[in-house]
Amino acid sequence: MSSSPLSVEGRDAPEARPVSPWRGLATNWLGVVPFFAFAVLFIFYPSIILLVRGFQNDDGVPTLANFAAMFNGLAITYVPNIISLPGGLSFTLTLPNLALNTVLSAYWISIRISLATAIGGGLFGFLLAYAVILGGLPRWVRSVLMTFSGVASNFAGVPLAFAFIATMGRVGFVTILLKSLGLDIYNAGFSLYNFWGLSFTYMYFQFPLMVLIMSPALEGLKREWREAAENLGASSFQYWRYVALPILLPSVLGTMVLLFGNAFGAYATAEALTGGQINLVTILIGAQIQGDALHNPGLGYALALGMIVVMGLVMIPYQFLRRVSERWLR
Amino acid sequence: MKRNTWWSWFWILLGAIYLFAPLYATIAFSLKAEKDIVSSLAYRQVLQDPDFWHTFLFSIEMAVLTIIVSILLVVPTAYWVRLRLPQIRPLVELITLMPFVIPAIVLVFGLIRAYSGAPFHITNFSAGTNALLVGGYVVLALPYMYRAVDTGLSAIDVRTLTEAAQSLGAGWRTIIAQVIFPNLRVALLSGAFLTLATVIGEFTLASFLVGLNAFGPYMSQLGQNHAYESAALAIISFALTWGSLGLIQLFSRGVPGQAVVGGPR
Amino acid sequence: MAFLDLTHVRKVFAGTAAVEDFNLNIERGEFVSFLGPSGCGKTTTLRMIGGFELPSSGTITLEETDITFRPPNQRNVGMVFQAYALFPNMSVGDNVGFGMKIKKQPADKIRKRVGELLDLIHLPDKGNNYPYQLSGGQQQRVALARALAIEPQVLLLDEPLSALDAKIRDELRYEIRRIQRQLGITTIYVTHDQQEAMSLSDRVVVMSRGVMEQVGTPFEIYNYPRTPFVASFVGTLNQIQCTVVDAAKGIVAYNGQPLTPGSAVAAPNGSQVTLMLRPEELRLGPDGGENHLRGKIETVNFLGSTIRVTVNVGTAPVTLDVFNERKLKLPQVGDEYTLSFPPHACWVMPAVSS
Repeated sequence: MSSSPLSVEGRDAPEARPVSPWRGLATNWLGVVPFFAFAVLFIFYPSIILLVRGFQNDDGVPTLANFAAMFNGLAITYVPNIISLPGGLSFTLTLPNLALNTVLSAYWISIRISLATAIGGGLFGFLLAYAVILGGLPRWVRSVLMTFSGVASNFAGVPLAFAFIATMGRVGFVTILLKSLGLDIYNAGFSLYNFWGLSFTYMYFQFPLMVLIMSPALEGLKREWREAAENLGASSFQYWRYVALPILLPSVLGTMVLLFGNAFGAYATAEALTGGQINLVTILIGAQIQGDALHNPGLGYALALGMIVVMGLVMIPYQFLRRVSERWLR
Repeated sequence: MKRNTWWSWFWILLGAIYLFAPLYATIAFSLKAEKDIVSSLAYRQVLQDPDFWHTFLFSIEMAVLTIIVSILLVVPTAYWVRLRLPQIRPLVELITLMPFVIPAIVLVFGLIRAYSGAPFHITNFSAGTNALLVGGYVVLALPYMYRAVDTGLSAIDVRTLTEAAQSLGAGWRTIIAQVIFPNLRVALLSGAFLTLATVIGEFTLASFLVGLNAFGPYMSQLGQNHAYESAALAIISFALTWGSLGLIQLFSRGVPGQAVVGGPR
Repeated sequence: MAFLDLTHVRKVFAGTAAVEDFNLNIERGEFVSFLGPSGCGKTTTLRMIGGFELPSSGTITLEETDITFRPPNQRNVGMVFQAYALFPNMSVGDNVGFGMKIKKQPADKIRKRVGELLDLIHLPDKGNNYPYQLSGGQQQRVALARALAIEPQVLLLDEPLSALDAKIRDELRYEIRRIQRQLGITTIYVTHDQQEAMSLSDRVVVMSRGVMEQVGTPFEIYNYPRTPFVASFVGTLNQIQCTVVDAAKGIVAYNGQPLTPGSAVAAPNGSQVTLMLRPEELRLGPDGGENHLRGKIETVNFLGSTIRVTVNVGTAPVTLDVFNERKLKLPQVGDEYTLSFPPHACWVMPAVSS
């Protein structure tokens, strides 16, 4: 580090002002007691209950059986696959096939739907944000998009499910419209009530969120970076490849991670749309609360804990990426 | 540099279709309650249903309680952290991140298992489940309430204002009531309306804690059997969300926007 | 034709002219400043040279090539921005080498040149650091190195020191000049700080509201200003409102006291003119020259090497600077003095309503 005392000069550091004279008083802590009491009552205590019971069996004896139960019924079977080659030849390839049990397949589906909507919503949202911020569109388009994105990103749950049923359900508006144009999507294999239908519905609150978060980031791309790059000889493509996209990458990835978490924890939309038919982790937990659908109370706790772990793991890259992007796009 | 905007318009159009088609479809559907004519029958049925008003008012009540409790918890805490206890800021921010790590379904699972049965037996009383519901909603609202207030405090340089008030002889009660709160009006209104929009339609916590007393589960149940009414409800709910967020925009003119994240999922 | 020529360059934004009829010939290796208050058009002109604005009319020629409409990435001019504009996702070394990388130069050549430039700006061991780890002054030096790496024909600096603390500004100012001299690179420097412009430049272009008021060496600008704006913008100026008594003989009067600038005055007898002179040309006491003014001392400010005294000579105060001497007896507030100055020290301009 430079030897001069100037190493933080040029950046304002409002926290470096003289220490407040009230610091260190014991009475300071009184002001935050209600907050921490609330946190303990409504966040930490319930979480600890879940944690503790996850590691206990029905009689209160500590055990890892609940977590082990997540892997019950896993089987690796060997399935012959017949592969035909042109010319009439064929041979059999025996491949291992992992048959998942209820719990693991729930995790797998949840992860898949979260990934799909995070990436899909992320890309679509990014393109939209780019279009209104840097794409040369009139200002009013941007305001309208921001407003609708704000509404759409909060319009999840039961009403969203109804809206999509009215749009893409078997007798939905768009379904009928396409049928009149000769395209029967349900015959072609589409269904609103399967994985892809649910993903499509999730996108409604995913991509607007991306738009809302990426717009300030795109605005944060300083004009001078582009000018400096051009000044040094870079073409538009080179500017995006070496400067703009790398600078935006932490924001984009961080927001996609946020979208992943958003989808992973979603319950109401899936429940209202599919009535619990699609086996997501959240649906499974819901079923467990209602009536021990897994026939194993301990497993329910393990599920809930597993969910917290996944979300916690998601938070770590998110925080890191957010810090980097804030630093670069300040 | 004026460049080709076809590409931009293409994506916007795509986005617009995606955003509007469901709305249009739902409105169209909700107006079809009577065969072959445009009818507001579905809306009238809904608005005449006593259950609609009962659950709607209940959810509004819960929302108002949530807003009050949130404000009472968050404002002093954010203020104290800023002014006197900056060292616990990381801990407080961690707490405000918890609702993301603990999604609604897990939260309600934990709340029920923790407080029903011995030794609390809270869920035996409706007052008890209502309290749990409000508490759960406050937890869900925490991230954006805290962020809104914290941003508001940093925008008004709360430390200097406090020192100015103190030099004029004000005690901390006066400072919070007459200096801090008035200047936080916009941030608080934002948070309040967002909470309103979130709580009214919320399903997860409501269905497990209070069942059909709340608006969300009511909507869900109506949807099982009454297609047209459910579409009408979806539109009413959308209009409410829109209205709340619109009011936020109205009140926060000039205040740098924050991504408003919240709501049932 | 000189190295860099701007001919009748004009820029209009939404109906108003930001730059009016700008004409300048810059020689190779010259250090020219564009000086003026904000909004005077200096940055707009610079950006037109850099290619970030297109002139509404006029031509810009560099080494006999017309570059008026060339895109900015084909001009081979190096730009240093006020806000540094270092790429945050790249290390210092990568930032400096960026231009060469775009030109697809071999990696070892890039490394060598980056090393040389980091030495030049006295930051040899910061190559692997990231911009956010550097102070403002360090970032600006890196920005300078980055612009120089592509061996540009012209170096453009847009108020590069405005965002920095006073002390750093002073140091960096001379660093920039030293490097410029060492490399012999033609440089255009935009600033609103007249001390900066005067201490660094071979020539200064003073601008106001889009118009070039005067071009000249710092000495010329300071001592022989051509317009009232230039006279008052640069340095401290005494302005004494006088009436012309005898235009041919060059005699004007202030409060009845006769004064002369030593040459004929280009205004009719009886008209109002402003007599201008610099504080350092006045003396306390009658021995400083033919022109005399009597007054009472209002303020005495000890500035270290000079003492700035304001004297009330009638309707307005007059400022004069006295060199410090250890044996000096400081004049006191309220003392009455005769001030004097020689005719050639002052000049006359049409009356300005200030």
